[in-house]
Amino acid sequence: MLKDITLGQYFPIDSVLHRLDPRFKIIYTLIFIIMLFSGNHYWTLLIGAVFVVMAQLLSKVPLKMSWKSLKPLLPVLVFTAVLNLVFIDSGDTLLEWKFLKITQGGINTSIFMICRIILLIVGSSLLTYTTSPILLTDAIESLMSPLKKINFPVHEMAMMMSIALRFIPTLLEETDKIMSAQKARGATLDNGKLMERVKAMIPILIPLFVSAFRRAEELATAMECRCYRGGEGRTRLRQLKASKGDYIGLGICLLFLAVTIILNIIL
Amino acid sequence: MAILKTEGLTYTYSAGTPFEKTAVDHVDLCIEENTMIGVIGHTGSGKSTLMQHFNGLLQPTSGKVLLDGQDIWADKAKLREVRFKVGLVFQYPEYQLFEETVAKDIAFGCKNMGLSEEEIQSRVLETADMLGMDRELLERSPFALSGGQKRRAAIAGVMAMRPKVLILDEPCAGLDPKGRNLMLSQIRDYQKKSQSTVLLVSHSMEDVAEFTQKLLVMSKAKLFCYEDTDKVFRRADELKQLGLRVPQIASVMQALRKKGVPLPEDLYTVESAREAVLALLRKGVSSC
Amino acid sequence: MEKIIKAEHIVFRYPADTDEHQKPVQNPPILKDISLEIEKGSFTAVLGHNGSGKSTFAKHINAILVPESGKMFVENLDTSDENLLFDIRQKAGMVFQNPDNQIVATIVEEDVAFAPENLGVPPAEIRQRVDNALKAVNMYEYRNHAPTQLSGGQKQRVAIAGVIAMKPDCIILDEPTAMLDPQGRQEVMQTIQKLNREQGITIVLITHYMEEAALADRIIVIDDGSIILDDTPKKVFSQVEKMKEIGLDVPQVTELAYELRKAGYPVPAEIITEEECLQALEKLL
Repeated sequence: MLKDITLGQYFPIDSVLHRLDPRFKIIYTLIFIIMLFSGNHYWTLLIGAVFVVMAQLLSKVPLKMSWKSLKPLLPVLVFTAVLNLVFIDSGDTLLEWKFLKITQGGINTSIFMICRIILLIVGSSLLTYTTSPILLTDAIESLMSPLKKINFPVHEMAMMMSIALRFIPTLLEETDKIMSAQKARGATLDNGKLMERVKAMIPILIPLFVSAFRRAEELATAMECRCYRGGEGRTRLRQLKASKGDYIGLGICLLFLAVTIILNIIL
Repeated sequence: MAILKTEGLTYTYSAGTPFEKTAVDHVDLCIEENTMIGVIGHTGSGKSTLMQHFNGLLQPTSGKVLLDGQDIWADKAKLREVRFKVGLVFQYPEYQLFEETVAKDIAFGCKNMGLSEEEIQSRVLETADMLGMDRELLERSPFALSGGQKRRAAIAGVMAMRPKVLILDEPCAGLDPKGRNLMLSQIRDYQKKSQSTVLLVSHSMEDVAEFTQKLLVMSKAKLFCYEDTDKVFRRADELKQLGLRVPQIASVMQALRKKGVPLPEDLYTVESAREAVLALLRKGVSSC
Repeated sequence: MEKIIKAEHIVFRYPADTDEHQKPVQNPPILKDISLEIEKGSFTAVLGHNGSGKSTFAKHINAILVPESGKMFVENLDTSDENLLFDIRQKAGMVFQNPDNQIVATIVEEDVAFAPENLGVPPAEIRQRVDNALKAVNMYEYRNHAPTQLSGGQKQRVAIAGVIAMKPDCIILDEPTAMLDPQGRQEVMQTIQKLNREQGITIVLITHYMEEAALADRIIVIDDGSIILDDTPKKVFSQVEKMKEIGLDVPQVTELAYELRKAGYPVPAEIITEEECLQALEKLL
């Protein structure tokens, strides 16, 4: 069923990583990404791998979960590997067949790219596994708050994001219901040619839109009744506070980055 | 004759995960043709899940659903035909309206059945009349109708398919008392006219007491009973133990009976109670 | 007694539509000259069928709508004065029919905090208000749940907590149980009664369920934009004929008593509970 899809893959347990300030976790993730892309040497991958393993252990998130986030991206991995294999022409030729030519350089790059993408996904999904969507939104709002000075609607963006998060499960459930209702009237949703399929979506999409707009209107009234008047003068129940641990984490991340860059320069 | 039968029907949600939950547990039922049936039970008692098995929206984890003696899952290609024979109207069905006009929306199911234009046209008009919908409403957008009329348009869409069995999940939710009574009497008229079986899922004991011949009571995923309505309300104490309300009248009459007042057992509507009490009073007066 | 809500000759209609020739067509009035006063700390039910104007009236109390003519006062604040809008909404909170469409946040306690956050309450005090509000509706143990994991009745209680966190003097509930199952309805009604009794919050309950209205101190029946009955539940329900005429129910036992009285037997008029009916019948038989 549709509602079984888990959105925002937060894994609600308690760990060192879970307790860290979400703003810092976003920064760590950014540093990690820069680190992975800062060099083309296998050392980069090795350091990246050490970093991911450390973070994974600290997060207490089971490895199975990381596999879960990798699985849907397997086709992308295979695609990247094949592209690199076929199009990179350097080093010894290992195999030649018609216009296809596979070289040692191609194999090397393929392996390198796959490892890099796996590390990237596993590492950055730790951010969403250890941070609830609402905290993530808060953190983004806080990190982007300097943009308020240039009149960028930071609060409104964050409010929109959190309302979207709130309503995604509701609307998924609703889609499920509408689909069942139309199936009960004999609608066929899952076979036929492409055009027929698109047409078959109309009885689902129209009611869904109508309902979403109705919900939006009611929600707007309810928010006004609870004295919502934009971000100005608003306080928050939960205050984001950086602790010593957050700064230590930042130090470690920067250290990893420095080592990677230096190694790449030396080697 | 039985139209719908279930044999050991069991359905388990999210089998094999920690969220595993048996929603319907070994239900054996035999539902007759041409009957008005009330379906009652707590939220989570499994009644909605059971209903979704009758037209093949859910596939039993084990057990069978037989329609006209045929296992509906024997040939998956014929499932769509099952859905034409067993119509299902969900709660708040007005949220499934989508066509440009009410007439087109009512016709949607019939079109999927592949009926001819004329046949569709005549069915749409007939169903609209039966539900007391003005002809001029039929050319309007369904989104411009009032709440009660939207609900009727959606129900008409399923009735027009002329199913042998019609299941309505809380067709009166959110309607006021007047609207509720009108809706229920129109559904009863439809049942009589079409000679079909109607299953009415409801939380209102007063409504099922007044409008149904038989009651199907679900409790904790199991079938508690399937019996004539008056017989079920005789078991008022058991129903109360299941956490179900009984009509006020049924409670009062039962309490009087317990105190030795010679009242018949099958009193659960105001009308029947009035007759019985008056009869008793007259007898009392005449014996003086 | 102090009056918390005062309505003086309220008339309301929706803005004019235009016909096919772009000429304005005036809509008929939804509320026709409504005047009433509601006492502080009371529990008032407003009964009426769909389209009677009862919800429109409710929306006037916290200034979602303002009257075309006449005045509405909440704690002597005029709802037509835009500068007082947020003061009025803080004093008279509103709970709506669909629990899904009034919960803003993805976590229960975050949602309850929404109103105090908007009011600029300091964080430490928000925490206190949120905890108290959740305890008052008996949902404290669910404070870290996602609203989608809750039942309808629980969601509606969270919505009520979200209003209580504003520390209102009055809560207006617009058909809060219409979308709930019997258990959810009972939960919500018990919560409302508790808030009224224990915290002295004034309750205005808009409903078309007579069992719910029967729990109030006072019932106001609105039909076609006018108040046609305004009395205690016993007095209102004993008007069986009038209630039926406007399409409202009375409790089954009240109807039975009425029928017997009509047949010439001495049954008291003001019967609304099973016990009262039982006693009266025992006497009679």
